[in-house]
Amino acid sequence: MRLIPKEVETLWTLFTAPVVWIAHFLVCYIGAAIYCAKPELVGLSFSAVRAGIAAATVIALSLIALSAWLAWRQWGFGTDDPPHDDPTSRDRSLFQGFATLLLSGLSFIAVIFTAMPALFLTECIR
Amino acid sequence: MSAAIKERSRKEYKAQEERLRAVWANPAGWRYWTSVNNYQIGLWYGSAAFVFMLFAGALALLMRLQLAVPDNDFLSADLFNQAFTLHGTVMMFLFAVPIFEAVAIFLLPPMLGAREMPFPRLGAFGFWSFFLGGIFVCGSIFFNAAPSSGWFMYPPLATDKELSGIGADIWLLGLSFIEVASIAAAIELIVGIMKCRAPGMRINLMPLFAWYLLIVAGMILFAFPPLIAGDLLFEMERMFDWPFFDAARGGNPLLWQHLFWIFGHPEVYIIFLPAVALMAMIVPTFSQRPIVGYSWIVLAAVGTGFLSFGLWVHHMFATGLPQISLAFFSAASEAVAIPTGVQIFVFIATMLAGRVIFSTPMLFGTGGLAIFVIGGLTGVMVALAPFDWQAHDTYFVVAHLHYVLIGGMLFPVVAGLYYYYPLIEAKKLSDRLGRLAFWLMFCGFNIAFFPMHLSGLRGMPRRVFTYPAEIGWDWLNLISTAGAFIFAAGVLVVVFDVLRPKHREPRGEVNPWNAGTLEWISEPEENWGVRSIPIVRSRYPLWDQKDLARKVNEGRYYLPDAEEGQREGLVTSVLDADPIQVLRVGGTSHVTIVSALSLGAAFIALTFHWWIATALAAIICLCAVIYWLWTGTAEIPEKPEKDVGLGLSLPLYASGPDSVGWWAMFITMVGDGTAFASLVFGYFFYWTIHADFTEGIAGPDAVWSLAAAILFAAAWGLMVAARTINRRGATPAMRGLLVLSLLTTVAASAAGFAGPWSPGMDPTSHVYPAIVWILVIWVLAHAAVGTLMQAYCLARSLAGRLTPKHDMDLSNVVLYWHFLLVTAVITFAVIGLFPAAM
Repeated sequence: MRLIPKEVETLWTLFTAPVVWIAHFLVCYIGAAIYCAKPELVGLSFSAVRAGIAAATVIALSLIALSAWLAWRQWGFGTDDPPHDDPTSRDRSLFQGFATLLLSGLSFIAVIFTAMPALFLTECIR
Repeated sequence: MSAAIKERSRKEYKAQEERLRAVWANPAGWRYWTSVNNYQIGLWYGSAAFVFMLFAGALALLMRLQLAVPDNDFLSADLFNQAFTLHGTVMMFLFAVPIFEAVAIFLLPPMLGAREMPFPRLGAFGFWSFFLGGIFVCGSIFFNAAPSSGWFMYPPLATDKELSGIGADIWLLGLSFIEVASIAAAIELIVGIMKCRAPGMRINLMPLFAWYLLIVAGMILFAFPPLIAGDLLFEMERMFDWPFFDAARGGNPLLWQHLFWIFGHPEVYIIFLPAVALMAMIVPTFSQRPIVGYSWIVLAAVGTGFLSFGLWVHHMFATGLPQISLAFFSAASEAVAIPTGVQIFVFIATMLAGRVIFSTPMLFGTGGLAIFVIGGLTGVMVALAPFDWQAHDTYFVVAHLHYVLIGGMLFPVVAGLYYYYPLIEAKKLSDRLGRLAFWLMFCGFNIAFFPMHLSGLRGMPRRVFTYPAEIGWDWLNLISTAGAFIFAAGVLVVVFDVLRPKHREPRGEVNPWNAGTLEWISEPEENWGVRSIPIVRSRYPLWDQKDLARKVNEGRYYLPDAEEGQREGLVTSVLDADPIQVLRVGGTSHVTIVSALSLGAAFIALTFHWWIATALAAIICLCAVIYWLWTGTAEIPEKPEKDVGLGLSLPLYASGPDSVGWWAMFITMVGDGTAFASLVFGYFFYWTIHADFTEGIAGPDAVWSLAAAILFAAAWGLMVAARTINRRGATPAMRGLLVLSLLTTVAASAAGFAGPWSPGMDPTSHVYPAIVWILVIWVLAHAAVGTLMQAYCLARSLAGRLTPKHDMDLSNVVLYWHFLLVTAVITFAVIGLFPAAM
């Protein structure tokens, strides 16, 4: 079994990092919303929610970093510069790699944005 | 000798051209309206949306007149309510979203080097649905029956029949009908962009317009279904008193706000991105160079598409949600500024790197972006919860949203109109009138809307129909009114420019702006899109492939002929656009109009609770759709392959994931699954807000629910088996399995129904039984459609239209069943087991 996936020919990899962002966002939002609505459900404190958000954030950032590394590899580790507009499968693949890398960057920042409220908020105030 | 060959090939060429022209020709006389060609549909769609826009603009002027001076009595309070509700509704649902669908249907086929969209009849159906729904909604104001609770229809005001009247039903049903059209367009666009590009147009060479539209269509798929689910709950409350939003019986109005804004915020980007897409075509042309940062635009489009789904609660900052929830949405709202900004910088960089020609389209485009940037900045302000608490529901928000929408959408659309007009009539619009219109609109807009920031900060709430004199809002409002009329004068200049007769002007050149993308080789006089389907090797083929236009028009590329008298295009692979299939698309037909009108009639009859008329219209619609499918889809071709030219021969039939029909089903069901997920979200929403959300009411019987889940799984297994053995040639066994599966589905539905029925759950008593019933009804309705599909496949097989080799129908139906299985299992697990687990 290999740890790092092979390069695949598909459009879907482009969306990996944003999908991780949305999953992280939903986990944080739904988790906090359920906790604030029913704090007695699991009997934990708000610190546990914050720790959960921290854990989710670490996982999300690692997944995005992995997606970024795969994208960097598909981009040929930056050997070619954009615009990648030759009519070849190679340039098409380089373009995909580069665009995926950019999206990974944006998603990475957006995940950090989403996690930041957990740094400052210490209770379910309304 | 060579002269004789030349003469013969010239004759052959003429004959080919005649055949192709005849196949794509429009019918004459009144039958013209039965056309399904993307060119006509796009034009009608766009014109209708534009007329709706003018109507909604006139309503805005009435509102501005009313607000011009304090204590005015020009409009009554009720008429004012109807005017602003209809203004917002029409601008959003009948102009902003449809106009982009129109532009996309009009432009995409020539831009991608395709003949047509993959499902032209679906496009026509979408148009007629939109047109009818639009007239119904707009017309209501002339009977003093327009919706009057604001364009987002908040309960409990809008669920109160005394206060909201029939207008709310007109809103809900009219717009649900139009949402059907939007989803139809989304299917058409996604499949068209992914599978119908010209050979060689790899995804790194695709015009940016197509990239944007692909993302937008995907967004529609996830944004509109929650609203459809919300409409369903809403209408159940209004029609049958199911208390989804009635707090007294366990409901909660906030659920509507969630569902509405899960739709409503992405909607803003669904409107904005296509407008930027137009800019991404216009800016390179007038900078006379390729766009700088193509990949960055793709980043921005995809990034905005995703992030826009994490913003909806910023419309609900003032509803008392936990601060941590607000903060998540505030953070995402700030993050979305990044990809939005990237696009603006890409345009600026492209202009700096090229030599800008400041034409009318550029004027509208850049002027619009400047306005948009101001709106974006106030957006960053209101994305901060503490600021929003101050500005919420004031004219500051009115100013913000108009800066975003008019700058980010209306101005670029007018830019697009001036830019693409030569594709409609082979003539340019007037440059002089265009500039006059721009300056009137630009100045008028700012005079009208900038003071609203100030009146908002001075505390003027939105939607008030008048105000007292001494409160300090009067002169700001007077200025706004003056500006609104200047702005309207600019719009009228554009209207005049479009409508003024131009037959005395000479025909213009084919590519008057010297643009680089493929749509500029199509000629308005021809209906075929492209004379032959080219091989593309560049992002700007007209700049880089010098003899492309000539060779396309000489019919030297693919499919220059229509020997079999069929409308044909190519299907190509997703990534590299290798040709893989010849796609035969439907031609001119009445069936699209009949099905749209009957569906519309069903919705309208439902509004007035005319049950028999509703049932009749629905049956007519069902018959029309079945006739449409039977006669126009999954046809078995007369030969397996066809020579498409340049020595290439391609199959005429594909089934499963290779076929466009399979993808259409997949995309439809993703949208359908999103609506279902919204209902499940509702179920858990009620669970979170109550200590005991069942209120002690006995839930559905667990045994019946379990039985239903198992029977649905069995029916699904039988469907998969039917598909498999059909491919092995065992036709009679396949028919047997279909019948068996159909019977199992009926049994499964009965068991599912028995679940909530046996303990006598009354949906009007409390929200818990209501949400359980709505989930069960959702599954049962889908199961009913599933049985229709099974019967249809059986009939197709008996009629010899479904064979072991040609099993597209069965393959698509099995795909439907995959989704039905997931829906049924989740539903029965949730309603049967969750209350027991809690």
